[in-house]
Amino acid sequence: MAVKVTEECIGCSACASNCPFGAIEMQDSKALITDVCTQCGACIDVCPVKAIYREAEEKTTTVNTADYKDVWVYIELSDKKPRNVSLELLGEGRKLADSMQQKLAAVLIGENVESVSKELFASGTDQVYLVEAPELSHYNTDGYTAVFEDLIGTYKPSVILLGATNDGRDLGPRVACRVNTGLTADCTNLGIDEATGLVAWTRPAFGGNIMATILCPDQRPQMGTVRPSVFKRPVPDYSKTGEIIRVASKVKADDIRTKLIEVIRVCTTSCNLEEAEVIVSGGRGMGKPENFSLIEDLADVLGGSVGASRAVVDAGWKPHMHQVGQTGKTVGPKVYIACGISGAIQHVAGMSSSDVVIAINKDPEANIFKIADFGIVGDALEVLPVLTEEFKKIKAC
Amino acid sequence: MEIVVCVKQVPDTTEVKIDPVTNTLIRQGVPSIVNPFDKNALEAALQLRDQNGGKVTVVSMGPPQAKEALKECIAMGADEAVLISDRAFGGADTLATSYTLAAAIRKIGNYDVIFCGKQAIDGDTAQVGPELAEHLGIAQLTYVAKMRVEGDCLRAEREHEDGYEVIETKLPVMISIIKSLQYEPRFPTVKGTRKASRIEIPMWGAADMDLDSNKIGLKGSATQVRKIFTPPQRKQGVTIARETARDAVNELLAKLTEAKIV
Repeated sequence: MAVKVTEECIGCSACASNCPFGAIEMQDSKALITDVCTQCGACIDVCPVKAIYREAEEKTTTVNTADYKDVWVYIELSDKKPRNVSLELLGEGRKLADSMQQKLAAVLIGENVESVSKELFASGTDQVYLVEAPELSHYNTDGYTAVFEDLIGTYKPSVILLGATNDGRDLGPRVACRVNTGLTADCTNLGIDEATGLVAWTRPAFGGNIMATILCPDQRPQMGTVRPSVFKRPVPDYSKTGEIIRVASKVKADDIRTKLIEVIRVCTTSCNLEEAEVIVSGGRGMGKPENFSLIEDLADVLGGSVGASRAVVDAGWKPHMHQVGQTGKTVGPKVYIACGISGAIQHVAGMSSSDVVIAINKDPEANIFKIADFGIVGDALEVLPVLTEEFKKIKAC
Repeated sequence: MEIVVCVKQVPDTTEVKIDPVTNTLIRQGVPSIVNPFDKNALEAALQLRDQNGGKVTVVSMGPPQAKEALKECIAMGADEAVLISDRAFGGADTLATSYTLAAAIRKIGNYDVIFCGKQAIDGDTAQVGPELAEHLGIAQLTYVAKMRVEGDCLRAEREHEDGYEVIETKLPVMISIIKSLQYEPRFPTVKGTRKASRIEIPMWGAADMDLDSNKIGLKGSATQVRKIFTPPQRKQGVTIARETARDAVNELLAKLTEAKIV
């Protein structure tokens, strides 16, 4: 077992109160680490007498990590166009590849999608692994996992980044498990760990209350899904070109155990939150579902999308696709207007990378004001119509 | 129909507060609950059993006190429950956890559908379900809002960023369930509660399952937590409090113009 307490323990209980998982009990004036421990090591850092240590675990590794090179980004397509998050990851992948002095490659899977490469080179990739087949025309777990297994086995990447979208979070764990490696979910920050040269994956956990930095020391590739809208899209440079590596698909129709019957689009621009520049969001303070029309009016005038807090989604006022937060969507618009939203930490975890946050709330003590750049203490139902009217005037100028 | 539901006992992270002075989590009084998404998954499982007959077995991996979470599932109507618990499982990441759960489900025996919640509210990874399906070599459908089974065929509505996909697959399959009105968890029944108070929940350790000791716990984990810290906070900006909405909006617009946002 990993985290242990030595006899040096002075029973100050600093570790117990800092343990995010409540896994430390005080017994006979000594800290006792219980079964609930997840070996996160938070206690090690806070112990004033260095009485807690992580026991080294002997690893039986067979992977030669030096064989694995380059940073890959999975390009998720929607209507044969790359989703924003994939381009954001090319920008971030570029930085990782540069600091590792390795290449950046995009993995492009689909049917007749070669033309997308131009956009990928413009966004900074050196190479594109292109796998095209009719069986791959639409995302499916079995086919895409098999493609990745094949590519990883042949070309041995060191790092793979995927967007933390529904498909990315479907594919990532399946691939990671197949090639027996580690995957860090929903990252909001990437860097290189100075001591080891490994990718340092940072992500919110515990409902956004804490951040954890995670490493994948002995297995390859190092994999992570990254939240949309956390990083900025690189400015495209269409003079850039690169190498297309065409790889034949070995996937047969029979390998795919799921059959797509139909795609139902319920989403219009109003819930395209990940790519929106302006989001107007409503919470319980809107009073009743009908009042959301005030939110929609303002979003309309600003050309923005409509967001919602978990409370109003749970109450059935808005479908889940509008939900912003830890268990909803992560957004990073230029302007986020929170109306009648208290600002629970779970909500903030989903919108804190917005450039400018404007909050309207009746309660001057509401948590949302602590993170807002501009706040109006007042009833959103009264403020919104005036705000919409004023923005209309500005737009008309 | 043989149905397995994977549940996790989690601290109610919505009840967690940060101590403003020490900047650490205040855990006191934070209750342990059944992960809310797992309750949606259990509801889906119970509905499937109620329509098609069969048995719902709930499995959890965690410390001995996670038996309480399993008892709650029994009270809601699950037929059987198993707790997977061993100090050797400690420190498991999703790869090692899913490996261990897969071994437990193989020991349980036949299964047609395995349900998981979309994600747990403490770790929020949404990885154990797909990794479990991979270890068992079965198909998966994630983010399912609605589903039904006809014969050996399952049809599901899978949530997507832009809407839904309707997907069909053959059994067996792993389904991860999102929160939806369709699967609003039912309340415990009197009969269920009585059963839960009497039931002896079997606890399986590492020795009770067919496991490779290199693939469990910390040793079997590919990822390592390097550090834990509290998230950087956005700074508080200006707050405008005026008598009328009109005055407040005017002041806001003036400030936005000043900051060159408008």
